[in-house]
Amino acid sequence: MAEKFLMKGNEALAEAAIRAGCRIYFGYPITPQTELAAYMAKRMPKIGGVFVQAESEVAAINMVYGAASAGKRVMTSSSSPGVSLKQEGISYLAGSDLPAVIVNVQRGGPGLGGIQPSQSDYFQATKGGGHGDYHLIVLTPASVQEMADLTGLAFDLADRYRVPSMILADGTIGQMMEPVEIEETEPHLIEKPWAVTGTQMKRKHNVINSLYLDPEELEQTNIDRFARYETIKQNEARWEEYMMEDADYCLVAFGIASRVAKNAVVSLRAKGIKAGLIRPITVWPFPEKPLAEAADRVKAFVSVELSMGQMIEDVKLATGSRKPVVLCSRTGGVIPGPDQIIETVEKLAGGR
Amino acid sequence: MTTNILIAGFGGQGILFAGKVLAYKGLLEDKQLSWLPSYGPEMRGGTANCNIIISDEPVGSPIVFEPDILVVMNRPSLDKYEKEVVPGGMILVDSAMVDRKVERTDVRAVYIPATTLASQLGTPGLANMVLVGKLMKECPELAGGSIEEVLHKVISARHADLFESNLNAVKKGMEY
Amino acid sequence: MAVVFERPRSLTQAEFHYCPGCTHGIIHRLVAEAIDKLGIEGRTVGIAPVGCAVFAYNYFNCDMIEAAHGRAPAVATGVKRALPDNIVFTYQGDGDLASIGMAETVHSATRGENITIIFVNNAIYGMTGGQMAPTSLPGQVTQTSPYGRDTRTAGWPVRVCELLATLNGPEYIERVAVNNVKNVNNAKRAIEKAFRNQVEGKGFSLVEVLSSCPTNWGMTPQKALQWVDEKMIPYYPLGVFRDRSREEAANDD
Repeated sequence: MAEKFLMKGNEALAEAAIRAGCRIYFGYPITPQTELAAYMAKRMPKIGGVFVQAESEVAAINMVYGAASAGKRVMTSSSSPGVSLKQEGISYLAGSDLPAVIVNVQRGGPGLGGIQPSQSDYFQATKGGGHGDYHLIVLTPASVQEMADLTGLAFDLADRYRVPSMILADGTIGQMMEPVEIEETEPHLIEKPWAVTGTQMKRKHNVINSLYLDPEELEQTNIDRFARYETIKQNEARWEEYMMEDADYCLVAFGIASRVAKNAVVSLRAKGIKAGLIRPITVWPFPEKPLAEAADRVKAFVSVELSMGQMIEDVKLATGSRKPVVLCSRTGGVIPGPDQIIETVEKLAGGR
Repeated sequence: MTTNILIAGFGGQGILFAGKVLAYKGLLEDKQLSWLPSYGPEMRGGTANCNIIISDEPVGSPIVFEPDILVVMNRPSLDKYEKEVVPGGMILVDSAMVDRKVERTDVRAVYIPATTLASQLGTPGLANMVLVGKLMKECPELAGGSIEEVLHKVISARHADLFESNLNAVKKGMEY
Repeated sequence: MAVVFERPRSLTQAEFHYCPGCTHGIIHRLVAEAIDKLGIEGRTVGIAPVGCAVFAYNYFNCDMIEAAHGRAPAVATGVKRALPDNIVFTYQGDGDLASIGMAETVHSATRGENITIIFVNNAIYGMTGGQMAPTSLPGQVTQTSPYGRDTRTAGWPVRVCELLATLNGPEYIERVAVNNVKNVNNAKRAIEKAFRNQVEGKGFSLVEVLSSCPTNWGMTPQKALQWVDEKMIPYYPLGVFRDRSREEAANDD
C-alpha cells in the first residue's frame, strides 16, 4: 500500500495527472483552482514536462487542442468563468475527436459570480457547453482521493473514446485536504495513429479538423460520434449507492453535496426515516439505470445541489417522473447543511 | 467517534496552520479526517477559518456546521460561531484577543491568553501553536501522540529552523 | 526532356479553390518550396486558419490541423511544446491574426515560441465576402465600411510587423509582397528564412505577405496588384523589422 499523504484536492488532481502520463499543462490563474496550476508549474520542469501560463483561457484551451492533436496527454484547468471562455476550444476538441482533460473547480455564477464552491455549471458541463452536437465525459469527484482516482480515469476514457473529458469539481473539493493514496502505476498510454506528428514521408498526411461544408458529411460525422456516445452510455456510467437497499427516500447528489447528503442519510435513519443516496460519479453519462430502478421502490427523490436546480432535470428524466422529485439546494457559494436536507425529507415523509 | 473542530480568527494568525497540525496528528494516528480552509481575499487580513474533522469513520461533509470544539482568535469569530457549538461542546478562547466571555452555559469555555504567552516566548505569531497545545491538554480526544513527530511532518524542510519555536509554543499551551 | 517547372512535392494534387487573381496560390507555393528545399516535409505540422485559407489542410502534404478563428498561434504553441523536434507553422490571414487572434499572436511572439507564422495581409475579410479588416486602409470601401474606413469611428489599420518588433521575444520579422516578380523572389527568400530559423532553433519568425483580393476589392487582378504597390506598400513598408541573429552578428563586429 502506498503511503497516505495529506493533500489538497487540487494538488492531488495535479499529481494524479502526472502519474497518468500527462506531461503537458496549459492554464491561466483563477480562484479556486490556482494550486493546480502552481503544482504543475513546480513539477513539470523537474520531470521534463511542459507548463505554460497562457495569455488567456481561450489560448490555453487552444494550446491543449494543439498538444492533443500531437497525440499527447494534456490537461488544462480553470474555474467557472474561465471554463466559459474555454467553451470554444472544447467544442473544437469534441468536433475533432481529440482526447484531453479539462478541469472545472466550480465557483458561483453567473457572470463574475463569487469564489465560493458551486455546482451551477452542471448544465454547461453535461449538456454541451459550447456550440454544436456533442458531449464530454464528465466525472465528479467527492473526495480528495477521487480527485486523484478520477483524473487517471479521465485520461484513460478520453483516449479510449477520443472524447474530451471533464473533471467537474468545486471549490470545496479543490481546497480541502484529506489523506490520499496515489498508486504508482504505469499510465495506460495507447497508440494514436491519427495524431499529427509529421508524416516522416511514410504515410498520407493526417488532418485534424472539424470543418465539413457538406451538410450530409457533417451530419454523418455527428451520427457516428453519437454512436460512440451510446457505447459510452452503456459502459461508463458510474455511481455509488449508499443505504439504498430499503430506502423510501432517495437523495441524489454528487461532489460536495453528496458528502452533506451522506450525513443527512445517517441522521434521517436515526430518526426512523429510511433515506438513501445515489451519488452519480459520472454526470455524463448520467447513471440512469440505478435511478430508474429506484423509482420502482422509493417514495420520492430529493435532488441535492449547489445550484438553482440543474441536475434535477436529469433525475426527472431518468426516473420518468414516476415519483415526486423535489429540489433541496443552495447556490451562489452557499452549501446546504444536513438540516436543510433532513427538513426536506421530513416534509415529504410527513405528507404520506 | 467524530470530532468536529472549527478554528477562526483573522487572516495571518495561523489559523490554517493550526488546523494542519491537528490534521496531521489525525493522519499519524491513522484516523479519517478532512481539513477545509476558507479561501479567497479574506485570507489577506479578513476573517479566516478552518474546518477540521477527525473521525474513526469515513468523514461525510467536510464542512463543520456544528463544531464540537470551537477555537476563536478574535472577537468577531466568537460572536459569529458561539451559537453553532453543540451543547456540551467546548469553546477555546484566546483571551488576549477576545474582550468578552462566552455567554452560553451549556458549553465548556476555556480561556488562555495565547497571544500574550506567545509574545513572552518572543514569537507573538505563534499564538496558534499555544492554542494547539492547550487543546491537546484539555481535549482527551486530541491528547496523546508525539507532537514532535507531527511538527516534523507539518513543517517543511525549508522551514526546519522554525521547529523549535513551534514546539516551545505548543508546550507553553500544554503547561498553561 | 528537362523538367524546368513542377509542383512542389509538399503540395497535394488538390486544386486550389482560390478566386482568379488571388495571390494565396503563390504564397502556398512559396511555403511548399521552402519546406521542400529544407527537406522537412516529413516532420512539419501546419496549422490552417479560419478565413480564405481555411482549406490549406487540403493543399499541404504535411500533417495539418484546422484551428479555430485566430487561435492558430496557440495551437502551434501546443504542438511545438508537445513535439519540439517537429517544424510547426501557421498560415493566417489579417482578420485571423490581427483581429480576433491578436492576443495569441502577440503572446506567442513575446514568448518567443520557436514557430513560423506566414501572415497574409490583403486588407479585407475575403471568405465572408469583403468586410473591413484590421488592416483595411483609411478610406477603403468594404461591405462594413461602405463610406470608406473612417478612422474616427473605425480606428486605424494595424501594422503588425512594427507592433511585434517592439517585443523582445521575436527572432525575425519581415514584410514582403507578391505583386511582382522581384517581390515574389524576395518573399520566397524571406519565407525560407522563417522556416530555416525554426530548423536552427532560433525562435519566433513571422513573415507578413502583402496580398491582393481582386474579387472583394472589386478590381481586375492586374489593377489589384497595382493597388498593392500604390496603396498598401506606402502604408505597410516592406522590409526587415527584426533579425536578431543578424543584429547580434553585426554588434559582434
